[in-house]
Amino acid sequence: MPQKEFINGDKMSDTTDTGPVLAADGRPLKRSLNRALRRQKLRALGLIAPLLIFVLVTFIAPIADMLFRSVENQIVSNTLPGTVQQLETWDATSGEAPGEAVYEALYYDLFLASEAKEHTRLGTRLNYEETGISSLFRSSGRKVDDVGEDYIDALEDLNEAWEDEAFWYSLMSGGEDAAKNSGLLDEERERLSGLTGDDYSADIGFVPGQDISQLLPNTARAYSSFALFTVIEDEDVVAEEEPWEAVKIALVQDIKRGADMSGYEGFGAEELRAAQDMLQGQPDIAFKEAFLDIDEDWGATDNWRTMQVYSPPFTAGYFLNAIDMQNGLDGPEARPENQQIYIMLFKRTLFMSLVIMGSCILLAYPVSYLLSNLPMRSANLLMILVLLPFWTSLLVRTSAWKVMLQQQGVINDTLVWLGLVDDASRLVMINNQFGTIVAMTHILLPFMILPMYSVMSTIPPSYVRAARSLGATNWTSFWRVYFPQSVPGIGAGSILVFILAIGYYITPEIVGGTTGTFISNRIAYHISSSLNWGLAAALGSILLAAVLILYWAYDKIVGIDNVKLG
Amino acid sequence: MKLTKTLMATTALTVTAVAAHAQDMADSMTLVSWGGAYQKSQVNAYAIPYQEMHEGLEVVWDESSNEAVAKLRAMDEAGNVTWDVVDVVASDAMRLCDEGLAMEIDPDEHLAPAPDGTSAEDDFGDLLVSDCFIPQIVYSTTFGYRTDMVPEGVDAPDDICDVWDTETYPGKRSLEKRPINNMEWALLCDGVAKDEVYDVLATEEGQQQALDKLDEIKDDVIWWSAGADTPQLLADGEVFMGSTYNGRLFSVIEEQDQPVAMMWDAQVFDLDGWIIPEGLPDDRLARALDFIYFATDTQRLADQAKYISYGPARASSAPLVGQHAELGIEMAPHMPTDPENAKNTFLYNYEFWADYRDDIDAKFQAWLAQ
Amino acid sequence: MTITVIEPKPVSFVAPVVAAAGAFAGLFVGTAQGSALLGVIGGAIIGAALTFLFLTIFRQERAARWITTLGMAAAGFAFGGAMGGVIGLAFGWFFGWFIFWLGEGRYRAKLPPYTTSLQVFYHFLFRVICGMIFFFLITPIVVVMPLSFNAENFFTFTPEMLRLDPDGYSLKHYRDFFTNDDWQQAMWNSISIAPIATLLSVSFGTLAAIGLSSEHVPFRRPIMAILISPMIVPLIISAAGMYFFYSRLGLQGTFWGVVLAHAALGIPFVIITVTATLVGFDRSLTRAAANMGADPVTTFFRVQMPLILPGVISGGLFAFITSFDEVVVVLFVGSAGQKTLPWQMFTGLREQISPTILAVATILVAISICLLTTVELLRRRSERLRGMSPG
Repeated sequence: MPQKEFINGDKMSDTTDTGPVLAADGRPLKRSLNRALRRQKLRALGLIAPLLIFVLVTFIAPIADMLFRSVENQIVSNTLPGTVQQLETWDATSGEAPGEAVYEALYYDLFLASEAKEHTRLGTRLNYEETGISSLFRSSGRKVDDVGEDYIDALEDLNEAWEDEAFWYSLMSGGEDAAKNSGLLDEERERLSGLTGDDYSADIGFVPGQDISQLLPNTARAYSSFALFTVIEDEDVVAEEEPWEAVKIALVQDIKRGADMSGYEGFGAEELRAAQDMLQGQPDIAFKEAFLDIDEDWGATDNWRTMQVYSPPFTAGYFLNAIDMQNGLDGPEARPENQQIYIMLFKRTLFMSLVIMGSCILLAYPVSYLLSNLPMRSANLLMILVLLPFWTSLLVRTSAWKVMLQQQGVINDTLVWLGLVDDASRLVMINNQFGTIVAMTHILLPFMILPMYSVMSTIPPSYVRAARSLGATNWTSFWRVYFPQSVPGIGAGSILVFILAIGYYITPEIVGGTTGTFISNRIAYHISSSLNWGLAAALGSILLAAVLILYWAYDKIVGIDNVKLG
Repeated sequence: MKLTKTLMATTALTVTAVAAHAQDMADSMTLVSWGGAYQKSQVNAYAIPYQEMHEGLEVVWDESSNEAVAKLRAMDEAGNVTWDVVDVVASDAMRLCDEGLAMEIDPDEHLAPAPDGTSAEDDFGDLLVSDCFIPQIVYSTTFGYRTDMVPEGVDAPDDICDVWDTETYPGKRSLEKRPINNMEWALLCDGVAKDEVYDVLATEEGQQQALDKLDEIKDDVIWWSAGADTPQLLADGEVFMGSTYNGRLFSVIEEQDQPVAMMWDAQVFDLDGWIIPEGLPDDRLARALDFIYFATDTQRLADQAKYISYGPARASSAPLVGQHAELGIEMAPHMPTDPENAKNTFLYNYEFWADYRDDIDAKFQAWLAQ
Repeated sequence: MTITVIEPKPVSFVAPVVAAAGAFAGLFVGTAQGSALLGVIGGAIIGAALTFLFLTIFRQERAARWITTLGMAAAGFAFGGAMGGVIGLAFGWFFGWFIFWLGEGRYRAKLPPYTTSLQVFYHFLFRVICGMIFFFLITPIVVVMPLSFNAENFFTFTPEMLRLDPDGYSLKHYRDFFTNDDWQQAMWNSISIAPIATLLSVSFGTLAAIGLSSEHVPFRRPIMAILISPMIVPLIISAAGMYFFYSRLGLQGTFWGVVLAHAALGIPFVIITVTATLVGFDRSLTRAAANMGADPVTTFFRVQMPLILPGVISGGLFAFITSFDEVVVVLFVGSAGQKTLPWQMFTGLREQISPTILAVATILVAISICLLTTVELLRRRSERLRGMSPG
């Protein structure tokens, strides 16, 4: 009752007064109390704040950041923005590959992506969903330069100016005094920083001209990305570099689409008209055919469907994968049986954590009972036996179990030496669930003993004695009197052990073999080996959710304040 | 002062191709490798001689090659690359190169020619599997077996399919806990011709066939994931035979004197080498290139073979391979590339596994967990 | 419990019990030598005979126990070499003690006088079970200690070691630890990272725990949940999250990155232990101090701190051990410059299995035994000084 200190003794006795009770300084007591309470609240919060901020920044933020990866999927729309847009209208159930427009958009997207070396990253991402896309993107990135090379050759044969970097620069910038289209440039800035994750805000010494970007919209767009990339990634000067093939292809397309040259009188008008005359008679560029030439898998509807399904910036795909499902033609469906693994791993993790928790309870209970009933002196000595393994490195204890349990290990050797087991039929105790359970029970046992011990040492022995003297048998006095009082200890220890066990990684990795590994091992695998971070995050989110539910239940049942560690 | 600088620059010019940067090279360098005996061989063959040439240079080793791709990706996301030269296997180098995380190398500009004047590109030849990758060694994944556990009256195993023959050769096997190599071996022993292995493995049925074959010995296999596992299992007598890197087996057999022998049949070649991360500042890049130029020349690559039994990646280094630095035994017969050992070999199929790795791995892990 | 009368027990009770124990021990010796039956019978006879001899004819306890110990050691040595000698020694010591412990009736010394025989039996059965659990706890640690003296580079008991042949043992792994730069560097990193991380978590954690123990904290449950979270979030998730996030802040691979990560992991332990101590804290003490004119800082350091110190220290110890033994997070967040002992052990285990990690473990275990014993001795001393009877 800390408020009491503000209540002045004199005023307390002065209760015959009517009106509000006043504090010593003459203010109403109620307000004074409220103020003190508020001050106390603030003080408490002030004490907590530094740690809270510390934990939020160093721990909660990283976890939130990582879990966000489980739904994040901007890579597809960042790398292939045009293609994704064109693909929206494509009907995946038609059984036919998409039309020419999609392939044309793909050409520009892929060209830019392969210059920025982002296409393989996308390939890796999509390969998680559809095998083979990785190499499709990789090989196509190399060959995409060659698409439409006949047209480029024809253009350059017509006039050497089309190979000239200065000519291009003047054409696209429209000269020094021309009206500029900085909106287009900004659009491209945004697109490139989305694609590469770099900063594209610097001045590049080029802005597309207003007239030319109306006349040749695609060309201006392609040239702007080229210019941005040249200056910011390659650190070159725009006017001194010959544009990419994609810029020239864009020009060809713009002209063939019937750009109206009649009114254009700016720089290069003559060359443009000549090009228009030349190109008019030629057939259209066949993008689809060109891509199918590069790799026939570009005609596979499965690949296109995958791109379509995974085009939105957020996806449930990783979570579906984490529960052995996938995005099928008609929404989520189960994965083929021979690829189902995660549900089973989650189940196994839960089951084995339960077994480990159970065996910890069985082993810890008698020991804690003994420790709490022995005189302090002997209890502390025995406590060393509990704390010693607790303080010994986890790695050492795990490898110790390896030495003990393997077929040529200490236990088997002893059994063979004693003649209990035949040399030829040594017991298999490691690289399976048994090994994991034994090693983890050993490792987690102190976490069970310590809270149990601290609860049991508060149980007064007189209760059991009273029960005895009232005629209870040994068993009754234990089961009806002692045991119920020790339940909080069991609860605290169990939840601690279970939560720790469920996220274990190192021990199952070393002694678990194939049947004794946990879900954490797969998470670690996806983080460091397969690099499928999204899937790792999805698996992690599910695991974390399970742990949080347990924590919540624990807090409801036992109360987190009641955990004691030694 | 100026004179010494000029002199130094001139000397550097004769030694290295990147002399222009000689004056402004960083004076510390972080090298990333695998740890263990392999890293030790690199320290002895490359780092120590290099440091002797450049006084005051600090070399920090990081044993993170196992997670190199993941860490480089995270460093790239953060825009803060702390590594200078990274040792990775070829498949990782290709991934890094694909993702633009590793710098492209021009062999003839950045690497030393062979002593006889052959260009670096020709000297490395086919082993330049990626634009970013500077090959260093050829290693192989192959089998070792306990000589004292071969049953009496039976020849020692010399065929990859003896791994499946648990009747003739009882005892456990250790195989790597991943599909790569195991699937190929399984198909090979299931009657698939060597040059059709990958065509078969690309199909659902082929993958199932390989898993079915592996299923025959599933109960007899201990799966390893760290390079040190199989040597330990062999030394313990836990397994009769097991796959691992040939250098590890060399160490068990010759250095640790364990009753173990090699079985070279159907060994799978793979490459290991350097990459330089993309986006290094100029002074560190200059240092990294200078080190690479030195550390991958003909003599240096041959020197490494004094400490570990991996084959140098340059053709011109092979004749220079000498004796083991401590044991004094000839190293050439212990090289995976030795003609006697290389009668039946595979080359890691980078292209195939880049595509099928995730898919087959999912099936393989599901199969393992059953 | 001095009421319990200790009186010698008749041979007719002791001899069969010892004989049964002898038979049990003989079973193992017998099977190992080839004949279980012979072992059982021999063990029983030897047990009964020794009991009879010592309790009726030769009742000199000290001498009798020496005779049994040395006699059995010699017999063991004759049968099974050095290892047999050691086992014989242990058996002999045990039986010498067991005979007199039973025969003199000392086993009842600490039990209430009214306990029935059955209760005595259960009592000791329970003790034996507890003993086996302690055995389970401690064996793996004891087993690896001799391996750290292995002359070979594997985790295997070689035949030379089992014969107790000096050639099978060597100190080379200890030499390796003290001379190898990697290990020394790793040790220094651990020694510099763990205390700073502990200091951070203890100072922040204690303040916050004091704040949390106030009755009027708003949002107590969610705040508590957030502060406890580093303990309940699976390590692999924490590690991956910190890895990505710290990379972005430029903390990945730096000393402070590892320190911050470890401090975060240690915080729940401090919070839990300190709040637990604060539950029993009498608030009128701080009020009394304030009443007598102490400012809050003085009150905290002179009144509150000394009383909650045990909780703070034990929380600090947990935080220290968390950092000192942590491998998953440091693997992700650290880089070569921050390689700690557990990390070095992990690579030692994965890349080049070498008993050096066992040598390190043995050294660490020895240090913890010394620490724990010192703490216990100090505690007893302070109790004696304060005039409290220990336990």
